[in-house]
Amino acid sequence: MIRNPVRLTLSLLAALALVALPAASHLAAQGSKGAIKIATQSPLSGGQAALGEGIKLGAQLAIEKWRGNLTKMGYKVDLVPFDDQAKPDVGVANAKNIIADKDILAVIGHLNSGVAIPSSEVYKEVNVVMISPANTNPVVTDRGYPNVNRVCGRDDVQGVVGSEFANGTMKAKSVYIIHDKTQYGQGVAEFFKADAEKKGIKVLGFEGTEEKSNFDPIITPIKAKNPNVIYFGGIYDQAAPFFKQTREKGVKSKFLGPDGMDSSDLTKIAGKAVVGMYYTSAAGPASELPRAKAFVEEFKKKFGKNPEPYAAEAYDAATIALKGIEAAAKGGKMPSREDVATAVRKTKLPNGITGDIEFDGKGDRKKALYFVLQVASDDPGKWGNNKIVKQLAIAAPAAPVAPKK
Amino acid sequence: MIRSPIAVALVGLSALAVATFPRSVLVFLFFQGSLLYVFKARMPEPLRWGLLAVSLLVLMPTIGYFNSYYLEVATQVGIFVALALGLNIVVGLAGLLDLGYVAFFAVGAYSWAIFGSPHANIIFGGESFPLAGWWFYVFLFVGLGTAAITGILLGLPVLRLHGDYLAIVTLGFGEVIRVLANNLDKPINLTNGPKGITPILRPPTPFGIPYGEFFYFLALLIVVAVIVVNRRLEDSHIGRAWEAIREDELAARAMGVSLVRMKLMAFACGASFAGVMGVLFSAKQVFINPESFTFLESIGVLAMVILGGMGSIPGAIVGATVVTVLNLQVLKGFSLWLNELKNAGVTILGFSLADLPTQFEPAKYERMVFGIILVLMMIFRPQGIFPARRRQRELAH
Amino acid sequence: MDVELLIGIFPQVLLDGIILGFMYALIALGYTMVYGVLEFINFAHSEIFIFGAFVGVEVLLGLKSIGLLDGLPWPLVLVLVLVAGMAASGLLAVTVERVAYRPLRGAPRLIPLISAIGISFFLQDLIRLVESLWRNAFNLVYPTMDVLNLRFELSETIDVSVKSLVVIGGALLMLWALHLIVNRTKVGTAIRAVAEDQAAASLMGIDVNRIISLTFLIGGAMGGAAGVLFGVQYGLINPYSGFIPGLKAFTAAVLGGIGNIPGAMVGGLVLGLLEAFAAAYLSLLTGGAFGAEYKDILAFSILILILIFRPKGLLGEVVRERA
Repeated sequence: MIRNPVRLTLSLLAALALVALPAASHLAAQGSKGAIKIATQSPLSGGQAALGEGIKLGAQLAIEKWRGNLTKMGYKVDLVPFDDQAKPDVGVANAKNIIADKDILAVIGHLNSGVAIPSSEVYKEVNVVMISPANTNPVVTDRGYPNVNRVCGRDDVQGVVGSEFANGTMKAKSVYIIHDKTQYGQGVAEFFKADAEKKGIKVLGFEGTEEKSNFDPIITPIKAKNPNVIYFGGIYDQAAPFFKQTREKGVKSKFLGPDGMDSSDLTKIAGKAVVGMYYTSAAGPASELPRAKAFVEEFKKKFGKNPEPYAAEAYDAATIALKGIEAAAKGGKMPSREDVATAVRKTKLPNGITGDIEFDGKGDRKKALYFVLQVASDDPGKWGNNKIVKQLAIAAPAAPVAPKK
Repeated sequence: MIRSPIAVALVGLSALAVATFPRSVLVFLFFQGSLLYVFKARMPEPLRWGLLAVSLLVLMPTIGYFNSYYLEVATQVGIFVALALGLNIVVGLAGLLDLGYVAFFAVGAYSWAIFGSPHANIIFGGESFPLAGWWFYVFLFVGLGTAAITGILLGLPVLRLHGDYLAIVTLGFGEVIRVLANNLDKPINLTNGPKGITPILRPPTPFGIPYGEFFYFLALLIVVAVIVVNRRLEDSHIGRAWEAIREDELAARAMGVSLVRMKLMAFACGASFAGVMGVLFSAKQVFINPESFTFLESIGVLAMVILGGMGSIPGAIVGATVVTVLNLQVLKGFSLWLNELKNAGVTILGFSLADLPTQFEPAKYERMVFGIILVLMMIFRPQGIFPARRRQRELAH
Repeated sequence: MDVELLIGIFPQVLLDGIILGFMYALIALGYTMVYGVLEFINFAHSEIFIFGAFVGVEVLLGLKSIGLLDGLPWPLVLVLVLVAGMAASGLLAVTVERVAYRPLRGAPRLIPLISAIGISFFLQDLIRLVESLWRNAFNLVYPTMDVLNLRFELSETIDVSVKSLVVIGGALLMLWALHLIVNRTKVGTAIRAVAEDQAAASLMGIDVNRIISLTFLIGGAMGGAAGVLFGVQYGLINPYSGFIPGLKAFTAAVLGGIGNIPGAMVGGLVLGLLEAFAAAYLSLLTGGAFGAEYKDILAFSILILILIFRPKGLLGEVVRERA
């Protein structure tokens, strides 16, 4: 028998293990009544790390700011970030880890609906509440789980809002739709398309692409077809180079996009090309909402950079989580996860960064306020000055609205 | 013969430790280490197999009861062990460098996903889907067959290619499958594209045991079956034909080995293991989408085979275990631990950990650690942890 | 089907394809040269390529912050950035070879391949780590020099930007320089000798190790040049954006016959053109059933087809082989 490999592996494992010393949770100084943890699950590595990081940081800011009440009650409140790598299997594995940690009473996550859906099945097993800052796929709440809520809008509404605006205000007669082939981008693009067609706008093209840098060949047919408006269903890191290259090629169409565009990096990357373009969002701009302005400044002071899309939503989600936990803890004992879930569903947050938040029976926002904003300047520092062009308060659909294929 | 009592003691102690500290990563690794010891150390065979059986059949599920996360890790290890064993046939035994192995996994997963969920109604119309839960067991074989056929389809055009050409074509094939999965939502909606397919039905479990345990045992069962088949193949004339092809194709042909048949069979066999596991995977996850079947996964499985020792069954098992545990447990555990330190306000040499820039979070650098380990392993122990005998002579320095 | 539209966009798509093709050709050269001398796929080359792009952007950002970016004449800036990128990538390639590949020479081909994959992963995260610490962001934007964005409208349907001309010009220059080095210098002859037969070459007095290092240097430099041009052309880079172009360039190298330098150039151009045409025409031709998202696998499918009939690639030696 070969003995070396055994020793080798054992020492490998031992070395690894020593490095990953026991999550001897007794390291953390316990509050007198115990520890409460709020977990975040978002991609912290890989291509979407910037957004996932934003969610984590937003939640962190909120927790540090608003945990005072719970600390006074004698609990120690902390954030536990998890990296779901935007992969469903990793998300599910993390979820199992989360439910095993009895101190975790709420989960803020995820970024990708494709990860949120299977992970929430795990959360449901113990009824730990999940408040999503960014999952816009209708399926997430349409299943009617009592422990799943979301602070962001839904694709089926946001797509319609975009189309309403394109038709009503932009008076577009033709549109070309590009999406990023993710659940989010394709989802919102499809809803946009369905509604645009209903309104009589000609859809000249509907293309998906995973391309991140070189959009030339896609732009050429767009230029030839010359639509009034180009709608990009996706995130700014892909949209920005696309818009930039499109303008560089001399295309004159107007640009429109969903809340994935809501980041100062959009102008950082695309510069003048996106000035004047419109995008929809559930989060208002710093210029018009003083709460948003305060949030942006605090975020910048603490983390040294502007908040990403969904950081504000994560902040609100974490605030709600804290409020829910507070309410459930009023009895004087450490609340159970179920109590927290029930309390969260009933929580109202009247002064959230993203508006007044209240959950309906499914976990959607009762009245999601959608803004249509216009990019004001090519200076990323002035992202907060984007103007609200239109606001719509829309209730989430009661029954799932799925586009026919 | 002091090893026997040591083995028993290790297993018993570590299991108790896990029950006491259910959330400690170190302790769980200790348990796994003891299993490895039992696997490899010299002791009477009946004791070895007895201990392994008890650990895997009794202790592990009990641990799972205390912390379902570990059961999840164990199940994932099982899945990847089967994948590694399948790839071991293609790469290790037959010497065919396949960089797109995850395609077969995807084919198996989608086969159950489509028919075991309402999605098939979109394709075929009507309301007859999803099939009843027990069809899952049938589909384990359907997935096996579909993947095997896919393997043959891949094998046919690449029969004449060698080494690096073969590698790039298989890589391309893997990508083709992924892009197809991501885009076949028009004109006919086969895979629902990036939105994935959900909800996928789970089968009714025997004796009504909870799903966590069910999938663990099923994975274990499949792994055992795969090992048995592997062993049989290895020792048969087919296995020897594969090794002959790997070492020298011309000589093999001269000795009467039918290259076409053997190569195709290698692909088909290797693929079938992945197909079966794919079916299990989709039922376990309830939701699948193309994200789970990327090139990185293929490379991951390849790395498991190489790290563990090419062409060797214990090697593939250990390789799969080490890599999965590393990814799922060790690195994450490390991050979580650092996070706890941060929250506790611990300082190292007066430097508060809370001030550590967020960029330093270890969980983000899994790839880097993985990369370093690969390089170091290749330089210092290229034959892998448990090499096949011949390799050991070839490569050890 | 709007035939007029199809024909109308043809010249523009052709141009886009050529630009893309040259970029793939430059990257492919790195793969093919290393393969030629070592029979080894340098998986980490995609990171060497993007590393050049990062060095380029750092130089540009550095110039910008000291205010020199607009002050200096733009050809000078470009040359500076290119040279920096090429030098950095070349050196990185040599280092990687020394550290991760040389100890494995002589091992069965799978071993250095895995090592290369490890290096690839390592470099991706390393670049990310460094950039996150240095700039608190790793999605970096190439500062624009307005002159590069000037466009010439050659006709209604085709316009060329100064940027594209720069990229094409730069690529041609590199390819020509490489051709000279490999075919007209002593060093080039040595490289070809080592590629042909290592043992014989060393018997002829060639220091094989040095030549191999040199090959990595040149291949890496080509990759670095491609990286800078990539950044200039498309404007946005992150540590993971090297992976896909690297993969496609590798396919291009195999397409042209791996180990064969003119083959890499041909392969790169063919692939670039194929991709551009697929992206632009697929959805138009199929009425939306199949769109631009298939452009990547179109490349692979064509590769498979070509390899079935010409197993050594387009320009590889013609080999009659039976299964």
